[in-house]
Amino acid sequence: MAQPFRTAEGGRIDRSRSLAFTFDGREMRGHPGDTLASALLANGNRLVGRSFKYHRPRGLLAAGGEEPNGLVRLRRGGRAEPNVRATLAELYDGLTAESQNRWPSLNFDLGAVTGLATPLFPAGFYYKTFMWPPAWWPAYEGVIRRMAGLGRAPAAADPDRYDHRHDHCDVLVVGGGPAGLAAAQWAARTGARVILADEGSEFGGSLLSGNESLDGKPAMAWAERILAELAAAGNVHLLPRTTVSGYYDHNYLGMLERVADHLAEPADNQPRQRLWKVRAGQVVLATGALERPLVFADNDRPGVMLASAAQSYVNRYGVRPGDRAVLVGNNDSAYPAALDLAAAGVRVAALVDLRPEAHLDWLARLDEQGIEVMAGRAVTGVEGRDGVRGVRIAKLSDDGKGIVGGVGREVECDLLCMSGGWTPSLHLFSQSGGKLLWDEGLASFRPGEAVQAVRVVGAAAGRFDLTACLAAGAEAGNAAANDSGHRRRGRGPRRPTAEEMPPPLAARPMFLIPGGRGKRFVDFQEDVTAADLQLAVREGYRSVEHVKRYTTAGMGTDQGRTTNVNALGVVAQELDVSVPEVGHTTFRPPFSPVTFGALAGRQVGELLDPLRRTPMHGWHQANGAVFEPVGQWLRPYYYPAPGEDMQAAVNREVKAARHSLAVMDATTLGKIDIQGPDAAEFLNRVYTNGWKALKVGSCRYGLMLGEEGMVMDDGVTARLGEGHFHMTTTTGNAASVLAWLENWSQTEWPELRVYCNSCTEHWAVVSISGPNARKLMAELCDDVDLSPEAFPFMTWRQGTVAGLPARIFRVSFTGELSYEINVPAGCGLNLWQTVLAAGEKYGITPFGTEAMHVLRAEVGFIIVGQETDGTVTPLDLGMDWIVSRKKDFLGKRSLSRSDTARDDRPQLVGLLTEDPNLRVPEGAQLIPGSDPRPPVASQGHVTSSYESPNLGRTFAMGLLQGGGERHGEVVHVAFDGRAAPATVTAPRFFDPEGSRARG
Amino acid sequence: MARYSIFALARNALRRHRDWPLAWRSPEPKAAYDAIIVGGGGHGLATAYYLAKRHGITNVAVLEKGWIGGGNTGRNTTIVRSNYLHDESAGIYDHALKLWEGLSQELNFNVMFSARGVINLAHDEHEARELRRRVFANQLAGVDAEWLTPLQLKEFCPILNVDPGMRYPVLGGALQRRAGTARHDAVAWGYARGADGRGVDIIQNCEVTGFDIRDGQVRGVRTTRGEIAAPKVGVVAAGHSSVLAEMAGLRLPIQSHPLQALVSEPVKPVMPTVVMSNAVHAYMSQSDKGELVIGAGIDSYNSYAQRGSLPVIEETIQAVVELFPITSRLKMMRQWAGIVDVCPDASPIIGLTPVEGLYFNCGWGTGGFKATPGSGHVFAHTIARDEPHAINAPFTLDRFHSGTLVAEHGAAAVAH
Amino acid sequence: MLLIDCPWCGPRDEVEFSCGGEAHIVRPPEPANLSDAEWGDYVFMRQNRKGVHYERWCHGHGCGRWFNVARDTVSHQVLAVYAMGEAPPEV
Repeated sequence: MAQPFRTAEGGRIDRSRSLAFTFDGREMRGHPGDTLASALLANGNRLVGRSFKYHRPRGLLAAGGEEPNGLVRLRRGGRAEPNVRATLAELYDGLTAESQNRWPSLNFDLGAVTGLATPLFPAGFYYKTFMWPPAWWPAYEGVIRRMAGLGRAPAAADPDRYDHRHDHCDVLVVGGGPAGLAAAQWAARTGARVILADEGSEFGGSLLSGNESLDGKPAMAWAERILAELAAAGNVHLLPRTTVSGYYDHNYLGMLERVADHLAEPADNQPRQRLWKVRAGQVVLATGALERPLVFADNDRPGVMLASAAQSYVNRYGVRPGDRAVLVGNNDSAYPAALDLAAAGVRVAALVDLRPEAHLDWLARLDEQGIEVMAGRAVTGVEGRDGVRGVRIAKLSDDGKGIVGGVGREVECDLLCMSGGWTPSLHLFSQSGGKLLWDEGLASFRPGEAVQAVRVVGAAAGRFDLTACLAAGAEAGNAAANDSGHRRRGRGPRRPTAEEMPPPLAARPMFLIPGGRGKRFVDFQEDVTAADLQLAVREGYRSVEHVKRYTTAGMGTDQGRTTNVNALGVVAQELDVSVPEVGHTTFRPPFSPVTFGALAGRQVGELLDPLRRTPMHGWHQANGAVFEPVGQWLRPYYYPAPGEDMQAAVNREVKAARHSLAVMDATTLGKIDIQGPDAAEFLNRVYTNGWKALKVGSCRYGLMLGEEGMVMDDGVTARLGEGHFHMTTTTGNAASVLAWLENWSQTEWPELRVYCNSCTEHWAVVSISGPNARKLMAELCDDVDLSPEAFPFMTWRQGTVAGLPARIFRVSFTGELSYEINVPAGCGLNLWQTVLAAGEKYGITPFGTEAMHVLRAEVGFIIVGQETDGTVTPLDLGMDWIVSRKKDFLGKRSLSRSDTARDDRPQLVGLLTEDPNLRVPEGAQLIPGSDPRPPVASQGHVTSSYESPNLGRTFAMGLLQGGGERHGEVVHVAFDGRAAPATVTAPRFFDPEGSRARG
Repeated sequence: MARYSIFALARNALRRHRDWPLAWRSPEPKAAYDAIIVGGGGHGLATAYYLAKRHGITNVAVLEKGWIGGGNTGRNTTIVRSNYLHDESAGIYDHALKLWEGLSQELNFNVMFSARGVINLAHDEHEARELRRRVFANQLAGVDAEWLTPLQLKEFCPILNVDPGMRYPVLGGALQRRAGTARHDAVAWGYARGADGRGVDIIQNCEVTGFDIRDGQVRGVRTTRGEIAAPKVGVVAAGHSSVLAEMAGLRLPIQSHPLQALVSEPVKPVMPTVVMSNAVHAYMSQSDKGELVIGAGIDSYNSYAQRGSLPVIEETIQAVVELFPITSRLKMMRQWAGIVDVCPDASPIIGLTPVEGLYFNCGWGTGGFKATPGSGHVFAHTIARDEPHAINAPFTLDRFHSGTLVAEHGAAAVAH
Repeated sequence: MLLIDCPWCGPRDEVEFSCGGEAHIVRPPEPANLSDAEWGDYVFMRQNRKGVHYERWCHGHGCGRWFNVARDTVSHQVLAVYAMGEAPPEV
């Protein structure tokens, strides 16, 4: 199929193969080596998108990552990706792309009507209108939102996979152009570990698009030799298609490798992209420089392009970006571009040099090609709406601020190439904390003092002479390797010499080209014109950050790469100050957008914060348990029998525990092994009650407070030996309690000889509960005297249960006779199954967390995090009995602060609703009166609320202001506009003496 | 002050927008003022605005060390809501929300307050209980709040994943319909323009380097642009509260941490509301421009560097991709950090100090932006009357001695 | 991602550590003898320096040991790492 703008030969494309692709449904063909952008141009497709605000037709401005206009939606379905830069999208067979921000089509976009009302939409217009009538704002906003945005997000989930890779290196070289290649070569020769990363699909940087020679041979031949050397070296990692996007603290860099974006879809087991996180000893930034557009009227018409981009299209991609070109520049760059275009068969109608005098050496070369050079002139306007048809060229006044000698002459062309000078790419250097210095000759910033271990070389450092760039790269690579402790033995590689170029003639910085009536765009993607910037300044938005935010200049997906310096120039001119006085905005990462999926990596789905499961989990699953996540664990919530709903299942489980026997997997309970001669003293300081007198073989319940006096955790701790304790914590707080203990023992009380270790995973815990618990134990255990006298409540024994070595704790969270049997984790399932089999005759019933909650609430046991919320003291819970008056402990002093000691604080109470069948929602509020209409001051809230098959009614607990003294009073439980009367009681509903657990 | 409207735009369009007046002047500082506000963020500018408008105190300077709105005002994720648990907090945030609702008209500057609703998700029974508690408390306090089931959530926000098999399944969520987002920069600019129009001097690039305190009474401030006298000085400089307090010889219970945030590339509307998830430390909305605006967690260490870092962002994006699977192929366009001044009880300090005439407004943590109008309003009252407004009376510095904390973080304790 | 030089394990990524806030706070030996204000200062008031900050870190995902760090809160540069109980070094 015809590619009318493909050159006859040349370029780094594989002409032997042809690839099919579609753009907005139109079928076209290109070659391997093409980008979507070059292939579109080869097919004569110049219109690639519509602009953000005015919906103006746009073509390609650039050939690389800085492209602001050519954003497309690539691929379809779950693999669709909006806002892809066509200049970076490598062509593959079957590629589908569509244009964005237009309706119904790219050629006929109704959004372009906004263009007619353009005078009403200066910068920040939305701050000045859409305010009346106030009720209409949602409608206004709806329209604004639909007009804004760029591409459409995909509608389905992403089928691809993303990887993370952590790496270290001695020297990270960013950018594989001539300076970067030299740096990598010299660093690698020292034996240092080197990573060389480049955004492009091929290394070579500017050499790919130019036609320089080194030592008399094409420069790419040199590059390929270096690449071969690096690829063969064992200490070098070459990463093409890898954008270094973030330069963070302590030489930590984030890089996005596009592993499979150049393929139709990733191969099996291949990630789509990989996020590299590299800690680099030294960094060499060879990030190059970007050409700047010139700011003149209608400089955004399709067919207006950067000169370097045009050069890239003809030299690298074998594409003529137009038939008849005009070039305009304020520096030397347009001249070689003109020659390259001419060599590729583009008719070059004229070269316009803003400088008063043309560059004579170059002039002579252009003359040979019959190209007219017009100096002291500028392009002041562009003809053609959907594509350049001609340009107007006028004479500049001496100061460059005006036009002299009339409106000038029109030259017919379909391509206008511009060069407004070069901007070193210093985003990463700036992110690293490095200072930027204004360089008047360059009319841009160059790197100043570095803060981290980083060097900047080549065009990024403002050097454009190839021989000098290679030398600087070599030197930086060598020095970086030396600084990371690697030295080369013997002589370094030979330094190549580039062909002599005409000596440079100083550029004529000019940030705003006078003349013409059309819009002069400074930021193409954000649709910001010079007039917008000037308006912002006139309105008082003078800080460069204010200008940026008011106009949105530089805030697009291209991070304003082609915008920033021009914008500063325009602002400086309007303020009548120098550019360095204006300053510059902060460069924020990432340099180039980073896919969310890549940031997430593998930690999605099942691997997002992986859940922990007990050794008995498989049994629970096989037996129909419904689970709930608790902390990081997945615990059985309840075990519904066929046909049962949750309440029925919970009632059955609760009744089994009260009437016969029930069993629970309590493995998830936090367990900490505490040893050392001072262990008892240590516990004495962290728990509110006394621990020194606890006998070996006994257990005690303890409360831990933060220093602010609030309950932090609770649990039963057993004394295993004189200097040996087994502490239990709540499931969710196991890690934080251990951290708390370590914090105090290591940092505040280093004199205490005490050592803490998590042993949560070492033990599986089967907790049996119910009047028949002892009978069952007797069947399973014959080496422990189970009589209440020999093995009383709140003690523990070492024994053998079901043939397994076990620690048996006679503690109870259900209020029933209970044994918590701890066996090595690997034996957990064995024990569980044995217990169930042996308990069958008692109708043993597995119970989940919900039944446990009901059981413990019936006997008034709290749950930390449910009855407490970080604002509750032990006294508020009515647990004065556990607070030692004699000794100090963590948080004690806070309990007597003036507010904390008040007796009208919210205190734990029981609540019995008047309607015994009404189960009020947890979190419902407590109010004195029966009218819940706001505003009503709340006096507390319901912390727990259940239906009890044992009580034959519902019951609740709550925190109520001064509740300790209000038993018997009727309050109202308020929720969802209702207020249900309830009687305040003591927070214990069943077996008030606690005799059953002791039995 | 020239009024902004569509007619003004049309008139100015005819003159090619040559004649728009300054939104605010850039005057030289005077030797003395009746009151000085240290900090030209949203809160400081609002304070100056209400001092001038409500209290007739117009001889006021706002001193800003950089550019106005350049601190957390211009770095937050623009969420506005008032569904706090405790009456004290709901009081001040709902006061602010009511002011937000008419703020564009009040300031004649479109701050684009968009009442698109804010949803807080519950991912386990514990969170569900705590969120319902907040809903019920809000209902009594007159703050709109309702509980949505997963299906209702899906209807409200179609891109939300409510698959019960998720690692953090969505069990439900609390919705405040009146809540939403606003255009952050516009708030600073709108208040600046309003204050300037009433005579307030907004002085940028003017850093306070010390306080002139004699006999327990503040007399003025020392700045990089000279000494400026004033009998009343209000300090509202989030991200630097402790630095300024130390200059005044005060100690604060504040730690400054970077709060990480990011935006995606702009896309066409997909996110109709704001969704917040505490369990996974993520919240997301979509700006009028089309960017998905995502708030992440805070870095654990003290910092005054407003730099983006990677680890916190990775965790947040994992959660975002899980909650909103269609975002996986979208791209992060910008990341940054704001420096938040965090109080131990996650509530602010607004009021008098032991130094007469010196007032502090600080410690808003991650919640400052939403409070902007309310905070400015009550702080102006506090400065003008030398006593706190009833709404900010609970937020004293003294509470860290008495224990009368307003514990908005308390519900975070997870356990079973 | 900070790089923190654990005195026991060597340089490791920030995510392996937890930051424990200001260093060198001594728990009052006799809390009962303190006023509410003195106690409140100990519990809540903290240094929050812009510049050199002395703080505690714990290598929780490594050796589990606590140690002190002097770090600049603007540049994030780690200026010194020293043991618990040692006096803060001049940096």
